[in-house]
Amino acid sequence: MTDRPAVEAVGLRKAYGDDHALAGLDLVVGAGTVCALLGPNGAGKTTTVRVLATLLVPDAGTARVAGFDVVRERHEVRRRLSLTGQSTAVDDALTAQENLRVVARLAGLTRRAARARTADLLDLVDLADVAGRRVATFSGGMRRRLDLALGLVTVPAVMLLDEPTTGLDPRSRQQLWQVVAALAAGGTAVLLTTQYLDEADRLADQVVVVDGGRVVAQGSPAALKERVAARRLEVVLTDAASRADAVRRLGDRVLAVDPARDAVSVAVADATEVRAVLDLVDPDRTTVRDLALRGASLDDVFLALTGHATPTKEPSRA
Amino acid sequence: MPDTAVLAVTPRTTHAPAGPRSAATATTQVVVLTARCARLAVRHVDGLVTALVLPVVILAVFVWLFGGAVRADGRYVDDVVPGIVAICAGFGAGTTAVSVCQDLVGGTVDRLRTLDVGGPALLAAHVGVAVARNLVSSVLVVVVALALGFRPHAGAAGWFVAALVVTAYLTAITWVAACLGMLARSAEGAGGATMGLMFFAYPSSAVVPVDTLPAWLQGFAGHQPVTPVVDGLRALLHGTPPSEVAGTVGTAFAWCAAIVAVAVLAAAVLFRRRTA
Repeated sequence: MTDRPAVEAVGLRKAYGDDHALAGLDLVVGAGTVCALLGPNGAGKTTTVRVLATLLVPDAGTARVAGFDVVRERHEVRRRLSLTGQSTAVDDALTAQENLRVVARLAGLTRRAARARTADLLDLVDLADVAGRRVATFSGGMRRRLDLALGLVTVPAVMLLDEPTTGLDPRSRQQLWQVVAALAAGGTAVLLTTQYLDEADRLADQVVVVDGGRVVAQGSPAALKERVAARRLEVVLTDAASRADAVRRLGDRVLAVDPARDAVSVAVADATEVRAVLDLVDPDRTTVRDLALRGASLDDVFLALTGHATPTKEPSRA
Repeated sequence: MPDTAVLAVTPRTTHAPAGPRSAATATTQVVVLTARCARLAVRHVDGLVTALVLPVVILAVFVWLFGGAVRADGRYVDDVVPGIVAICAGFGAGTTAVSVCQDLVGGTVDRLRTLDVGGPALLAAHVGVAVARNLVSSVLVVVVALALGFRPHAGAAGWFVAALVVTAYLTAITWVAACLGMLARSAEGAGGATMGLMFFAYPSSAVVPVDTLPAWLQGFAGHQPVTPVVDGLRALLHGTPPSEVAGTVGTAFAWCAAIVAVAVLAAAVLFRRRTA
């Protein structure tokens, strides 16, 4: 391994007509680290992954994976990377074992090595018991796990995972997180996309928030959370006048205002801060009618970092 | 040979990336993908029905329902076998188009490309398996036709040349189907797109003599690829020595070769465009 970052993208641009999927995106991922691309649908996450995976040629900008240019040296890149895409690319009519053997053979393993590797991977993703069953009979979580295993027939220098845990049950999600951590511990650079803040929090050394095809914030999960606040306090005021008063007093700490309910939302870190906010908004203890405390959502992150709400609602978690 | 360093089953045990993997050779790619496509074909119920049941039904419909009207002497089965083979090739092509399209939209092609497996290897596997499957259908048509009273008079040479003509035609129509599969945005669309291929066989000499068609269709029917294929096969099966139908058979081969050449080229271009 050289000192170069495992993934290095500068000024990536890609447009489909007037729709700018990527508008000058920069990205650096070090070897042995996990980077989470966080953003709503349409932010450019998948396009970024497809460019890095050599599946899509950018209109402008350059990207290097494992030290090789993704356009000019794509064959070298492909020998060092693995992709688990958003659509689960498994053959329903084949068994789990057959799926793995086909991909292992195509990845250049000998028949014997492919058989051995298949057995290891089936253990790894907890599918050894159903190795001989056709994938058509699998649950969504089992299919995703098999798909993940298909991406690991050889241990890559760079692993790209596009929304790997969408549709996974909590246990499968935990397993996947363990595999990702183990991979990174072994020196693989992992780039994954997600819509879930907690996933980025749990897994990533570095979180890159993308919106509108460019990076709007990046840093460690802790640093990001400091900017966004861990919790959101919603204060419901008695009337419009006191609501306006509260907004004025809170200034740019206000995350959201709901005029219909005379409610104001603020980011808070702990109980002391909750008390401070209440004292600030309502020193005479007359105008706060109700309050609610919630964990910071992806919406809050976006509101705080981009100044606008997420363009699409977060899908319900499976 | 790539290092097959076993990924730790328990997390947090270190394991270094295995270094760049060596790509599978082109031959291995085609062999592995052909085995995959063959497995999928054998386990695909719709495809099997299309390959094994539909040809028999079509043959029975033409011989029993239409046969009396076309040839009053009851010998329609002697004429119609090559036509049924050509029509069923169209149905089989539909199956291929759908399979190719599914690989494209389902993410399989993306994975193969990141493994540096070429589009030509995948398409060759699809086409190879489809041609084999359709050859089985064709043999089935002949066998059932024999049971229905078909009495071919071809010698060994005649059968051999007939088999070559059928194989050439199947290869041509399947490559065209592979292209349609790449043009379609969904598997349903791919199925629909091949309807054209299926109907192509009808305005030809497949099921009725060309001179019974309306005048405006005769021009087309007389100069489209299905007609020399079917005419050549019919003559060969009736016992005409291959040397006496060399002209017709030659025209059939020329058509098939030209179609394969254009379709393979188009497939390469389409594959690049669909995956760029």
